[in-house]
Amino acid sequence: MNINLTLIGQVIAFFGFVWFCMKFVWPPIIAAMQEREKKIADGLAAADRASHDLELAQEKALERLKEAKHEAAGIVDSANKRAHQIVDEAKVAAQAEAERVKASARAEIEQETNRAREVLRSQVAALSLAGAEKVLGATIDQNAHADLVNKLAAEL
Amino acid sequence: MAGENQTVSDYIVHHLTNLTYGKLPAGYERYDGSIVGDGGAWVMAHGGTEAAAMGFTAIHVDSMAWSIGLGIVFSWMFYRVAKKASSGVPSGFVNAIEMIVQFVDNTVRDTFHGRNPLIAPLSLTIFVWIFLMNLMDLVPVDIVPELMMLLGVEYHKIVPSTDPNITFGMSIGVLILILFYSIKVKGFGFARELALNPFNHPLFIPVNLFMEIVGLLAKPFSLALRLFGNMYAGEMIFILIAALFSAGLAWMVPAGFLQIGWAIFHILVITLQAFIFMVLTIVYLSMAHEDH
Repeated sequence: MNINLTLIGQVIAFFGFVWFCMKFVWPPIIAAMQEREKKIADGLAAADRASHDLELAQEKALERLKEAKHEAAGIVDSANKRAHQIVDEAKVAAQAEAERVKASARAEIEQETNRAREVLRSQVAALSLAGAEKVLGATIDQNAHADLVNKLAAEL
Repeated sequence: MAGENQTVSDYIVHHLTNLTYGKLPAGYERYDGSIVGDGGAWVMAHGGTEAAAMGFTAIHVDSMAWSIGLGIVFSWMFYRVAKKASSGVPSGFVNAIEMIVQFVDNTVRDTFHGRNPLIAPLSLTIFVWIFLMNLMDLVPVDIVPELMMLLGVEYHKIVPSTDPNITFGMSIGVLILILFYSIKVKGFGFARELALNPFNHPLFIPVNLFMEIVGLLAKPFSLALRLFGNMYAGEMIFILIAALFSAGLAWMVPAGFLQIGWAIFHILVITLQAFIFMVLTIVYLSMAHEDH
């Protein structure tokens, strides 16, 4: 444990290694680390930005969706309205048609009835004439009693 | 383990003796009875007494070799990483090195508020180098000396930081930096600081000078002695535990437990000592940069 030249040797070695470290070791390592730090920070910032963008896009999409829904609802609404209208119109038309058909049927029935009545009446007139002829046993003068018979037929 | 005919104290002394190469003074009688001729002789010291007789003109070959070797290991390791350092994804080893660099950088940032490109690499060098030197303490105490013995090298101490020359060498390096930056930053203010602190009166200049210079010198002294003391004590305990193994079969088990326990505890100590040396260096240099 003597103090000797080792002391001087160590001082020289000390400065040598410190110089080496300062010249060749420290700067590249610390530069690389700082660069990486910056890269990571940039990456994180980009990720932040991207997530923010995503949020915005989602919001926009949601808005679009809402708009589209609204629009669709409007379309459906108007379509419904139109359908109702068409149905109503059809109903009215059908009702009118039905009335018309009913009316024509009624008119036809009436006509038939009248015709039948006319035929009946003429037949009754003929019958009653024939009956009267038989009852009287004599020929009734067609011309003399035509007024009477016609009156009778009209009463039927 | 030591030879059969060796006493425990021989064993301990052997383990605490550095491999010394130096100049023996003229007329010195060596261990084998030969007398050193005129002008002295540069030889490997045989034992502690010869090493002591060499005085200052000697060098601890083992301390120096391990210290520089570990410094080269440090430089090589970090240089390799520095060469392939990129801002891409770091792989395992690069990651580990960068963790250390980051740690040192943070410590420096927290403590040193000036702007000086030397401080951070200086701290990194101190931290890792001292850590590696201390780490040698965890190598079982007998392995390297025994191997060296087989190679014909008589003494070998592998923990450079248990050599006060090494620790003082580093702390003197720090002192030189403290003085350099004090003068560079404060100029004449540094002299005034030494002379007029703490008593700001011309009459007290000698007292102030004495106190401030003692205070200044205390910094490297405390740095060096703290590291040396801790590592020397740690190594001493390792050696004592190793000696305990030779005390008989019954002592093997407790000695084994002691060895493991102390080694685990020592992992903490070596890291802590490296860290303390680094932090105090930063603090001292930060003080050197600040004007009062």
